[in-house]
Amino acid sequence: MELFTPETGLVIWMFIAFILLFLVLAKWGWPVIISMMAKRAATIDQGVEDARKAKEQLDNARAEAQKYVAEAQARQAEILREANKLKSDIIEQARAEAQEAAKKEMDAAKLAIDQARKEAELQFRNEVGRFSIDIAEKMMRSRMSDDKAQTELVNKLLDEIEKN
Amino acid sequence: MSISDSNIRHRSSLRFLFAAFCLLLAAAIPSKMAASESEEEGLDVKTIIFEHLGDGYGWEVPFSHNYRIPLPVIICAEDGSWHCFSSGDLAEVHSVADPESGKTKAHRVAVVKTIGDGSTASQFIIGNESSAHKDKLVQIFPLTPEEQAQVDAKVAELSAAGNYNPAKTSIDGFIYVDGKYYREYRPFDLSITKNVAALFIAAFLVMFIVFGMGRYYRKNGLKAPTGAKGFFEVIFNFIYNDTIKATLGEKAPKFAPYLLTAFFFILVMNLVGLIVIFPGGANLTGNIAVTLVLALCTFIVTNVFGSKHYWKDIFWPDVPIWLKCPLPIMQLIEVFGMFTKPAALCVRLFANMMGGHMIVITLTLLIFIFTAFGVAATSASVVLSVAFSIFMLLLDTLVSFIQAYVFTLLSTIFIGLAQAHEEHNEHPAVEQQ
Repeated sequence: MELFTPETGLVIWMFIAFILLFLVLAKWGWPVIISMMAKRAATIDQGVEDARKAKEQLDNARAEAQKYVAEAQARQAEILREANKLKSDIIEQARAEAQEAAKKEMDAAKLAIDQARKEAELQFRNEVGRFSIDIAEKMMRSRMSDDKAQTELVNKLLDEIEKN
Repeated sequence: MSISDSNIRHRSSLRFLFAAFCLLLAAAIPSKMAASESEEEGLDVKTIIFEHLGDGYGWEVPFSHNYRIPLPVIICAEDGSWHCFSSGDLAEVHSVADPESGKTKAHRVAVVKTIGDGSTASQFIIGNESSAHKDKLVQIFPLTPEEQAQVDAKVAELSAAGNYNPAKTSIDGFIYVDGKYYREYRPFDLSITKNVAALFIAAFLVMFIVFGMGRYYRKNGLKAPTGAKGFFEVIFNFIYNDTIKATLGEKAPKFAPYLLTAFFFILVMNLVGLIVIFPGGANLTGNIAVTLVLALCTFIVTNVFGSKHYWKDIFWPDVPIWLKCPLPIMQLIEVFGMFTKPAALCVRLFANMMGGHMIVITLTLLIFIFTAFGVAATSASVVLSVAFSIFMLLLDTLVSFIQAYVFTLLSTIFIGLAQAHEEHNEHPAVEQQ
């Protein structure tokens, strides 16, 4: 069977062709492609890694920003609370002060009023005394107009003194 | 939407019909030739198949059976002198008038090529059916009286047996040319035959592809290629990263050039062989000489770069001592295995590709076989065999890839096994003891 017997000439030519092709490609062909593919694979890996890192950084930054925002919000709330407290304190204080002041005023006023009342009472008393003396004087005068009455009164007064 | 849709479908079906028509036309052209052949001497299916599978001096001009593109013939004659001439000198195309129809018909006949003159002349011819080297170049010598007597005795013997036809019956060592016997000698033949030329074309194609890729990378840097280059890259990645690197690990760069060259050379030879007309048509990987060299290269690479452990495994394997000591049973098997592995590579590729070619040719020949049964049978067989041939060619395209891949994969595995070190191959059970 001629199909199954290798032809010497073809074997030799095939050997030459294959070895030459191998040498040429091994020297100038495959290394270029292999190194390029390796370089590209490395670049892609690097890119993926970079993207992952960038995402991580972004996530970190976002988390940090959120942290800052939360912190700021907490501080704001605290400040607000403090301000509220301060406000109520101030109001309370003011109120207390006002009350005190008012009380002082009132006391002063009361004192003044007492003073005034006492003065008024004194004055009134004096007035009343004067009035009553006046009245008594007047009554006396009217009553002492007749002798009988005068005697009667003197008697009466004398009785009283005696009784005592 | 629906209009354009149906338009496209219509157009694609038209295109399919056109393609089918072209194929039928292409099938019809050789059918005319073959039909005329079969009128003359009946259809010789075996000859046609072997002619298509085999090698030849000169390359068929597309769609012509008689005219060949001449190729150089390089031979070393019996006296040790080298001769180089065109294969066009070995055959002539004669116009023969058909006595019945009166049409002239081209007919290819082998002629004797004579170099030099007088008694020192060397004569060459392509072996005919009476030669032991059919379709191969032989040097012929006029018979000496002793040889003449030898031939005469043989002829007398064959005639007595009753099956003697000088043009067809082979007498060992002699050839019957133009009514005369000559002594034949098969010279050492380094001719650029059709297969050798196709080899060079395939090698240049591989170089063109690989250097094209290299140029692309140098020009475009790391940009991923598209189209055909992208396809190449996919295949390259598949072979280099997924096969060679996955099997050989850090040894990959050392063996990758050989394995990649083998893969792409086989792939291109397979695919070029599937093209019917000139730059293609040579049944390269379906020729055992080609696959033999490829397998031999794998054998050499495997054994030359084999590790110490590999050789130890062959000559002192880890088996019970009685299997290897008094009688070297295991050693015999292992050494035998060294040769059977590449032999299997060689035969697998050869048989697959040759089988594919043979089936396609046989399916095409069905048309000419059925011409004998009338028009209806012919037209039916044309449709059927064209459909089957297309299917087989598509299958062969797939097989081209698969066989190139299988060859590379197995070569990689053989080389990888020969690279194994002690710690890789140590049996876990042995370690535990």
